[in-house]
Amino acid sequence: MIGGLFIYNHKGEVLISRVYRDDIGRNAVDAFRVNVIHARQQVRSPVTNIARTSFFHVKRSNIWLAAVTKQNVNAAMVFEFLYKMCDVMTAYFGKISEENIKNNFVLIYELLDEILDFGYPQNSETGALKTFITQQGIKGQTKEEQSQITSQVTGQIGWRREGIKYRRNELFLDVLESVNLLMSPQGQVLSAHVSGRVVMKSYLSGMPECKFGMNDKIVIDKQGKGGTTDDAGKSGKQSIAIDDCTFHQCVRLSKFDSERSISFIPPDGEYELMRYRTTKDIILPFRVIPLVREVGRTKLEVKVVIKSNFKPSLLAQKIEVRIPTPLNTSGVQVICMKGKAKYKASENAIVWKIKRMAGMKESQISAEIELLPTNDKKKWARPPISMNFEVPFAPSGLKVRYLKVFESKLNYSDHDVIKWVRYIGRSGIYETRC
Amino acid sequence: MPAVSKGDGMRGLAVFISDIRNCKSKEAEIKRINKELANIRSKFKGDKALDGYSKKKYVCKLLFIFLLGHDIDFGHMEAVNLLSSNKYTEKQIGYLFISVLVNSNSELIRLINNAIKNDLSSRNPTFMCLALHCIANVGSREMAEAFAGEIPRILVAGDTMDSVKQSAALCLLRLYKTSPDLVLMGEWTSRVVHLLNDQHMGVVTAAISLITCLSQKNPDEFKTCVSLAVSRLSRIVSSASTDLQDYTYYFVPAPWLSCKLLRLLQCYPPPEDGAVKGRLVECLETILNKAQEPPKSKKVQHSNAKNAILFEAISLIIHYDSEPNLLVRACNQLGQFLQHRETNLRYLALESMCTLASSEFSHEAVKTHIETVINALKTERDVSVRQRAADLLYAMCDRSNAKQIVAEMLSYLETADYSIREEMVLKVAILAEKYAVDYSWYVDTILNLIRIAGDYVSEEVWYRVIQIVINRDDVQGYAAKTVFEALQAPACHENMVKVGGYILGEFGNLIAGDPRSSPLVQFNLLHSKFHLCSVPTRALLLSAYIKFINLFPETKSTIQEVLRSDSQIRNSDVELQQRAVEYLKLSSIASTDVLATVLEEMPPFPERESSILAKLKKKKGPGAVSVNELEEGKREGGELNGGGGERGGDNSTIAASNASTPSPSADLLGLRTGPQVSAAPPSAGSLLVDVFSEAGVNDDGFLSSAPPSAVSEDAAPPLPESNELLNKFVCKNNGVLFENQLLQIGIKSEYRQNLGRMYLFYGNKTSVQFVTFTTTVSCPGELHPQLNVQAKPVEPLIEGGAQVQQVINIECLGDFCEAPLLNIKFRYGGALQNLSLKLPVTINKFFQPTEMASHDFFQRWKQLSQPQQEAQKIFKASHAMDTEVIKAKLLGLGMALLENVDPNPENFVCAGVIQTKAQQVGSLLRLEPNAQAQMYRLTLRSSKDTVSKRLCELLAEQF
Repeated sequence: MIGGLFIYNHKGEVLISRVYRDDIGRNAVDAFRVNVIHARQQVRSPVTNIARTSFFHVKRSNIWLAAVTKQNVNAAMVFEFLYKMCDVMTAYFGKISEENIKNNFVLIYELLDEILDFGYPQNSETGALKTFITQQGIKGQTKEEQSQITSQVTGQIGWRREGIKYRRNELFLDVLESVNLLMSPQGQVLSAHVSGRVVMKSYLSGMPECKFGMNDKIVIDKQGKGGTTDDAGKSGKQSIAIDDCTFHQCVRLSKFDSERSISFIPPDGEYELMRYRTTKDIILPFRVIPLVREVGRTKLEVKVVIKSNFKPSLLAQKIEVRIPTPLNTSGVQVICMKGKAKYKASENAIVWKIKRMAGMKESQISAEIELLPTNDKKKWARPPISMNFEVPFAPSGLKVRYLKVFESKLNYSDHDVIKWVRYIGRSGIYETRC
Repeated sequence: MPAVSKGDGMRGLAVFISDIRNCKSKEAEIKRINKELANIRSKFKGDKALDGYSKKKYVCKLLFIFLLGHDIDFGHMEAVNLLSSNKYTEKQIGYLFISVLVNSNSELIRLINNAIKNDLSSRNPTFMCLALHCIANVGSREMAEAFAGEIPRILVAGDTMDSVKQSAALCLLRLYKTSPDLVLMGEWTSRVVHLLNDQHMGVVTAAISLITCLSQKNPDEFKTCVSLAVSRLSRIVSSASTDLQDYTYYFVPAPWLSCKLLRLLQCYPPPEDGAVKGRLVECLETILNKAQEPPKSKKVQHSNAKNAILFEAISLIIHYDSEPNLLVRACNQLGQFLQHRETNLRYLALESMCTLASSEFSHEAVKTHIETVINALKTERDVSVRQRAADLLYAMCDRSNAKQIVAEMLSYLETADYSIREEMVLKVAILAEKYAVDYSWYVDTILNLIRIAGDYVSEEVWYRVIQIVINRDDVQGYAAKTVFEALQAPACHENMVKVGGYILGEFGNLIAGDPRSSPLVQFNLLHSKFHLCSVPTRALLLSAYIKFINLFPETKSTIQEVLRSDSQIRNSDVELQQRAVEYLKLSSIASTDVLATVLEEMPPFPERESSILAKLKKKKGPGAVSVNELEEGKREGGELNGGGGERGGDNSTIAASNASTPSPSADLLGLRTGPQVSAAPPSAGSLLVDVFSEAGVNDDGFLSSAPPSAVSEDAAPPLPESNELLNKFVCKNNGVLFENQLLQIGIKSEYRQNLGRMYLFYGNKTSVQFVTFTTTVSCPGELHPQLNVQAKPVEPLIEGGAQVQQVINIECLGDFCEAPLLNIKFRYGGALQNLSLKLPVTINKFFQPTEMASHDFFQRWKQLSQPQQEAQKIFKASHAMDTEVIKAKLLGLGMALLENVDPNPENFVCAGVIQTKAQQVGSLLRLEPNAQAQMYRLTLRSSKDTVSKRLCELLAEQF
């Protein structure tokens, strides 16, 4: 289990140090600073083993969060916890920065006491935490409220308290996906996968029971066998194959295992319902066609075409193409038809930005790169062209089929709940070799 | 070097550096650097030419980026351009860049060399200096090739400025150190030596470094420098502290120069010219006198400078070792330093005294400081100083003070640092042995040593004490008594048990008269320690028990009981079990007479060099204990145990006197003085020959070959006789491979299936050590894919009369005809010896004998009837046709000799399978002797034609 948790600023000064177990000495703090933060090498492994002590770290802007342990713990669990910890801190005081951490010093210690006990992660649900760890200090509570807290902290449904009431029962559902791609210069897909998240924001009264349905292949096929076979055949690709998925603790796993239905009592406020990954039948929103020509030793001509590959009615946003330039570039001229392009010397790349682009369009950039002849025999490694974008659909093809809400005690039905669904597809590592 | 003045400062550079310093993270720093690199690239690329200032600025930035750890692969051209500038600052930056980032691009090197050449031939001294510094900083071979001829000329030219001469001397030194073959002094020698007379002290200081280095290589050419150096030294020493102005350092005139002069003089023997010598002695006396004067300054620099000269002078005095007066004075001076409060001084004083102690003139003087040194050993806080003190005690020890020193070292041992304990133990052991007048004292000392620092007492130490006790009749009784008393301590070290077991087993009878140490008491005492000991010690104790049975028949039943117990007779350790079983049987079967013969008292050991000394030598390397001293030690050690003239006991006879079979954990007799192989010392080489070779080795012509005179560094061609050598070993695996006046090489080999292991024993027949002894084994040409030979490295040093062993592993991959080559190189008295031999690895070594009946044999014989599968030879017998000899040879070949197969009983038939990694080759042999004609017909059939042919060739030489 986690023996201690440290937060450092970019210089390696300790901002927060919380030790949970006696096997972690004070020198562990310095060991991490010396061996990781101040290490010369550029690539740092997220897990470092120094003198039989393991350090797991994540970095948020200039802040280092490091969990320390002497035991053989589940590294994925530790990282999950660290990310959760980041989420909690963001939820409490916004951006994680040195300034903010120093200002919320007491709060962070309070949080750390709550979410880790003797190194074992505890309830880290922001909504739940906010009810008893407040920045304003605890308001006078009635006995009922106090008992509610007790029942919540100890009870079965730790993520939701009783007696929530809303005038308008609303539900927001976001399907957030990031699509990763590696493509050969000839347009062959070398690897592609989508990792997605279903994030919910619920403002529902009482203790509602929800049921979430999507076009999961297994479910659809099962239903298809049951009767409506024509449904699957009619619209070609209606269902998707999910490679693996994880759920929020509120989802009843037993039910998922037996019926593959996702039913749960949602926490109040924002939370992540599930995470999933798919690798088959991915809709690639953009196609990048590179053309690199070396003209003599001192010149390079680059032409890159991007094609959008989705319904013309949809608009992609925040498109950014990053074309790496050789290390001996001495000058760049760029011509592009759409958007803005600029040579960024500090990043050794040409960055081409387009605000908006509709589906089934194409756009092109051409650049002339002047090179300085070097006496180095090493050839330029030609790193891949990478791309960023945002599209209003799910590249995996996931569709939300239904989200039903049942609340037996209170008097509202599924129809009274206002539901909002949104799909956002973003680029993960979206690269094309050139 | 003039600092960059404000007006000349490069703003852009300063801004860039401060930007980098302000970067908050590594990533930000990399971004900033990338940006700057792109900027510089575009600037260098630019069509319009850059002015000198910006070029300099950008080159500076590149240099800074490089120093931050990033790769720089451009800008060399611009830097080279800067070299041709006329401004000092630009030229300087250019040179700086070139010396830091030398690029091996040949074109650039040419340009750089050109620029340097221009600067060297310019009359501007600063430019010349810059160029010289660049050459010295780079110091590459190319540079040396280009300028080695030019620089000496600059150095000795009359019109060269002093500062340039200084740089030139140091530059030349650097080139000489990197590529001595290119720097040929020849005609310049005398003029360089005369630089010692230069007016400018800086030039002299620089030149003297060069001269010292050169004269170490060829002392004769620079001999003239001695008198010049002496006169220079005397001028400095006798000058008042104000005379040398700039070169006076805290009231000491030219301390660096003085030190260097003294060091130069240490390269040469004392000057023969009386006047020069007188002057030098005068100088040294003055230096010693000055040390007595009250310090002119309280600053530490003053005393440092003064002491540096003093210590250098003392080293020179020690080096000359001919002026008793000076030596004694030096010793007294060091004596004062022994109590100085400066730790470094105490260290240096102790160190120098160590060397002084070995001089006959000052030995007595050193001894007067014994109290101080002992005190230092006890109270010194710094471990390195304590170590030096211990060294000095060791060095100053002689007959008169041995008892005191050994006692002190023993008492110090209890508190000594762990790192030096083992060495201390060795030293105590050596001193005790070397200066022992009274053997009871010696025995007491060593036993004390084991008691105090048992863990650090190496095998050699206790072997030695046993050797001495056995060789000296007068001390045996005392030793037995002391050991008995020592063993009574509740906890005693295992080494003590070993010594105790051995000595009581031999001489327990001498104290058995006393009822307190009656045989049974002795036995019980020993046996009470038995269970706490490791296997080798237990084995030794078992041998002691059987000796007890001989010494005291009354203990027989008790001991037999012990031997019979399950823990002995069924011990899981084979060695212990074997001993228990054998001893038990021996004690119950053999008559008392037989017992008495078998278990007779050990005969005295033959004299040999003290193994402890050898160990100390090995531990410290030759430098630490001076050779004189070691030889002295050997001599005195000889005196000690040379008691009787009886040296009958050879190892083999001792072995016979012990009932136990020789085993790796050899015991009572196993006073292993060295590696096990030395059991057959070189003197016994002839014995080896007798055992293994039926034709006396010395009769064979090939052994008379003179020491090879071909002394090239390459492997010598194989000796002409090596084929004969090879044939000698076709039918046997052991013997003497080679012998000449210097070296004897013995061979032992064993083969199993396609694997073989060969032990080579290199014996040094001379009394001088062989150095840089290296051997290489190679498989020439097509043998390489057929045979895999791996040789373990061999020790590079073979002492005179010693023998070292080398293991060679052989794997047969396919059938082969050639033999691997063994090349041996070593230096004997400075001359390189180089010889190559063929290793006797032949295809038949990988034979597996196959037994078969007559029917089978002929069936297979017929199967192998293709003409190329058969090889036949008819030849005349070269040895007598003795059936038994032939049989022995055929068996040695490795095949199975099949009896009653051939219808003619005169004929011999054999069968075997050659095992290679790739395949197995079955072979059949038929040898038909014809006694009347003294001829043989040899027929070989095997499944592979090359094998038949090769075997036939090999065998034809054997009969």
